Amino acid sequence: MRGILKKLSVLADRRSVGLAVLMVLATVIAPRPASALVEIDITQGNIEPLPIALPSFSADGGDSKLAADMTSVISADLKRSGLFNPLDPASFIQKNMSVNSTPRFGDWRQISAQALVTGTVIKQADGRLRAEFRLWDVFAQEQMLGQQFYTTPENWRRLAHIISDAIYERLTGEKGYFDTRIVFVDETGPKDKRVKRLAIMDQDGANVRYLTRGEDLVLTPRFSPTSQEVTYMSYGGADPSVYLLNIETGQREIVGNFPGMTFAPRFSPDGQSVVMSLQQGGNANIFKMDLRSRQTTRLTNSAAIDTSPSFSPDARQIVFESDRGGSQQLYVMNAGGGEAKRISFGPGRYSTPVWSPRGDLIAFTKQHQGRFMIGVMRPDGKGERILTEGYHNEGPAWSPNGRVLVFFRDTPGANGGPQVWTVDLTGYNEQRVETPAFASDPSWSPLID
Amino acid sequence: MFKRENAVQGARWMAICFAVLFVAACAQTKPDGLAGNVKPGTGQDFVVNVGDRVFFEEDQSVINSQAQATLANQAKWLSRYSQYTITVEGHADERGTRQYNIALGARRAQAARDYLVSQGVNASRIKTISYGKERPVAVCNDNSCWSQNRRAVTVLNNATN
Repeated sequence: MRGILKKLSVLADRRSVGLAVLMVLATVIAPRPASALVEIDITQGNIEPLPIALPSFSADGGDSKLAADMTSVISADLKRSGLFNPLDPASFIQKNMSVNSTPRFGDWRQISAQALVTGTVIKQADGRLRAEFRLWDVFAQEQMLGQQFYTTPENWRRLAHIISDAIYERLTGEKGYFDTRIVFVDETGPKDKRVKRLAIMDQDGANVRYLTRGEDLVLTPRFSPTSQEVTYMSYGGADPSVYLLNIETGQREIVGNFPGMTFAPRFSPDGQSVVMSLQQGGNANIFKMDLRSRQTTRLTNSAAIDTSPSFSPDARQIVFESDRGGSQQLYVMNAGGGEAKRISFGPGRYSTPVWSPRGDLIAFTKQHQGRFMIGVMRPDGKGERILTEGYHNEGPAWSPNGRVLVFFRDTPGANGGPQVWTVDLTGYNEQRVETPAFASDPSWSPLID
Repeated sequence: MFKRENAVQGARWMAICFAVLFVAACAQTKPDGLAGNVKPGTGQDFVVNVGDRVFFEEDQSVINSQAQATLANQAKWLSRYSQYTITVEGHADERGTRQYNIALGARRAQAARDYLVSQGVNASRIKTISYGKERPVAVCNDNSCWSQNRRAVTVLNNATN
């Protein structure tokens, strides 16, 4: 995906006199406004979403549907984050906004907008799209951000997500996660004869594409943090095994040459190795394979089920689940293996741990009294918080900025099936990601660049 | 197997009876059919007269006395029909997490395999595989279904009916 989009200029001229310059400047100027009033503090538990106005981008006589669609995608991204409240366009006083003029800030204050985005998207004579937007601080009456992009028309949704990320980052101080994708398992057919296919979609559920055809049972796909590759488990070979799939070329290979079933794979933070479980009789142990040297290393050696390994982002530790103490609990060990320290001590069973890309939290599935929960705890096991709880919630995966978890939620009975949901760290913002059929085992891509 | 008191096993037995009756009924219009008799040494013989599966308690892989009896019968049958190799498939119910259930199914398959070996089946005839919670046979939403899914199934390779 590298290089599809060219960001030609990044302007953050907070003085409105610089407006005409936007068209020609190709420099990067990003001063932080000294007096920005509009910033979201996302460190608090329950957040009051920021009122933001997103009048439809102008098309300057061109494709006004495309301009409206792009604006809708941006608005939906920001709304789903739970941090923004896009205002109803019917309430807007100033109409027909142009990206090249200063807004009438009074009109926007009157409807309680704190931030305003103006933009334009034009199909040029050479066939490319040119898009520009400006983010305004309504109370300070200042431009906070201005950017211009060129791309091919089929990339319009990605462009919208990139603009969402820019707005998100400018207003929250954290990286966004909208220009990303989710790999998952598409599930069709009756419960006792499910057909499972690997699939990939944009994080908002758009652009679903299938990566396998459904002949073989496939499970637990995980994105590489550094490349367009996915590691997953497939029943296609003699033994069920961990595979590597390049999602651009379609090329796939078995990871390693292990004597028996391998499962529960996950990449290391540098993308150069995969950790997974190897089934050995009644026990499962954790192994690491270096993808370049093909060297394999045993990391655990217990008469138990050790599985679901996940690296810390600094690659120095691995969290995993084991029933070595009698029931599924979470353990942390050094990345080279050796002694493991149990970190989960609450009532119930803990499984599928996954370390936050920020390093500060470990997300997990917890089973207690017939309920399945998604929660987080600190790497030392303290500060456990349950974010969602119900009949069956399983398999959290982090957004690349460590703020949102994607997981699947199953429903009971013959007609039940899994759906993909997200919840943010506040636990107050749950959203379903719509998929064409039942869907499970979601895993988030890194930010695409 | 006719003395089983377990409700689940009973239900399964009834289902098998029903299947046999159905075959018998069909035989009236199909003179070349099985006519209610299962041919010894066939896959159907194994499933109907021996029992191809054993069941487990929640999150357990212990071969209980019922399972021991079934596996002992399987071993006897397999020694008589030595042309077969087998695959023991381990399964888990849906009330667990995916990765753990894959390993739990493997642990159950291994337990059943070990018991068959202890009963004289040559280990080289046995392969094991786990499907975790991916292949339920019962899809209702209570323990009567989940207990049917916590199973190890002995599958004859290259069986003919």
